[in-house]
Amino acid sequence: MARMRVRLTFPPERIQEPVIYHLVKDFDIVTNIRRADVKADHGWVVLELEGKEDNLHRGIAWLKEKGVKVDPIGRDVIVP
Amino acid sequence: MEKLKGLKCRECGRRYPSSPAHICEFCFGPLEVDYNYDALKGVITRASIAAGPPSIWRYKDLLPIEGDVAVGHHVGFTPLIRSQNLAEELGVRELWIKNDSVCHPTWSFKDRVVSVAVTKAKEFGFDTVACASTGNLANSVAAHAAEARLRSYIFIPADLERGKIVGTLVYHPTLVAVQGTYDEVNRLCSEVSDKYRWAFVNINIRPFYSEGSKTYGYEILEQLGWRAPGHIVVPCAGGSLITKIWKAIREFSMLGLVERPATKMHAAQATGCGPIVTMIKKDTDVLAPERPNTIAKSLAIGNPADGYYAYRSVKESGGYGEHVTDEEIVQGMLLLARTEGIFTETAGGVTVAVTKKLIETGVIPRDESVVICITGIGLKTPDVLQERLETHVTIRPSLSAFDRALAELKSQAGQ
Repeated sequence: MARMRVRLTFPPERIQEPVIYHLVKDFDIVTNIRRADVKADHGWVVLELEGKEDNLHRGIAWLKEKGVKVDPIGRDVIVP
Repeated sequence: MEKLKGLKCRECGRRYPSSPAHICEFCFGPLEVDYNYDALKGVITRASIAAGPPSIWRYKDLLPIEGDVAVGHHVGFTPLIRSQNLAEELGVRELWIKNDSVCHPTWSFKDRVVSVAVTKAKEFGFDTVACASTGNLANSVAAHAAEARLRSYIFIPADLERGKIVGTLVYHPTLVAVQGTYDEVNRLCSEVSDKYRWAFVNINIRPFYSEGSKTYGYEILEQLGWRAPGHIVVPCAGGSLITKIWKAIREFSMLGLVERPATKMHAAQATGCGPIVTMIKKDTDVLAPERPNTIAKSLAIGNPADGYYAYRSVKESGGYGEHVTDEEIVQGMLLLARTEGIFTETAGGVTVAVTKKLIETGVIPRDESVVICITGIGLKTPDVLQERLETHVTIRPSLSAFDRALAELKSQAGQ
């Protein structure tokens, strides 16, 4: 099992969708939310993901396809 | 009494011992160094600081270093220049330029944070330091690792231009070019830092690293004669520098080293990547990530880790922020060079152009003191100006040819 701590930032059009539910159900990922701020027009969630490495990578690729930004918790690691 | 209490979560306030950690295990909030200010009151005085070396280490008591300084003995204490020409041009009474384009040894303010990070890495017993960077940070980590005789790994996106790599490769680090998107490189480095026991300066050493930025603020206050200016205009990338300059001012005030500071902090960003300034203008504490599209590469962080804290510093101080276009950035660089003889990178162009805007719009009153933060040199990235500058006169090697050319130039200039 692999673990990943990430910050998800949702675009306004995805706020009302059960994105994390699908992450659990479709990719067999255990989610553990630590902090979040979700309002009508924006949202972010800081959470830990646990699952098979392949599932985590597929889940993250799916999130990105949905327009959800996936960053390490420290956010931009590469700096100029 | 020890000066360091350890680390503290900026979100939930949980405390941790001083260690190479950056995230609160409970709420995943960022950790910050926690000082025992009571132990420092009365011990740190203007005289004790002034008796220190002419470098950032004169403020060592306010930095998270417990042992001896390992590297960067000559970093910082860069000139604070009283501007005449640019002040006249901008129509402001008292203008100062804090010039880190001449910071030793790699000509940017990153030398401040990296010398603290690498010294701390040695203190923790690491034998390897690392970072992911496309520019100034990579230069500085590689240089300080060389000085510290530590191994260094620098991660870059594989498509980074060769020209940008030379200033890092020369210090003999291991350069890892990663074939992937910016987001993928970010995630990989985060995973590498979890797995290997390396000092990743902007990941697991980040709480210590970022404290180095405070020295930029301390120096401004000390060099102004132990006084805080009315306004400081700061370029923002990750948002850490403006946050730490504000912290430096509050610390000096708390320790009684400056009287009742009333400094307004102003954020400077490019229109093509300005999420922090957008927060300030919209007056929201929610940051909307952006995909950078600007010539100000050294500010191009679309989802800044300290964006919220930068916003809060600006709001607390009563400051504001402005965006400037690529054209305005170039004009800012040229204006600083033409008036003060300082060649700064694009980030400095952003600061100058934003300052001009803030003065013109009345946010900065013309009779108040202003400090502009120049954080890096222009010589590393001259390409942005290449097509905008031209040789004025090309002549044969004869005096008569020169005489004719000079007459022509004078007539063009209407002299």
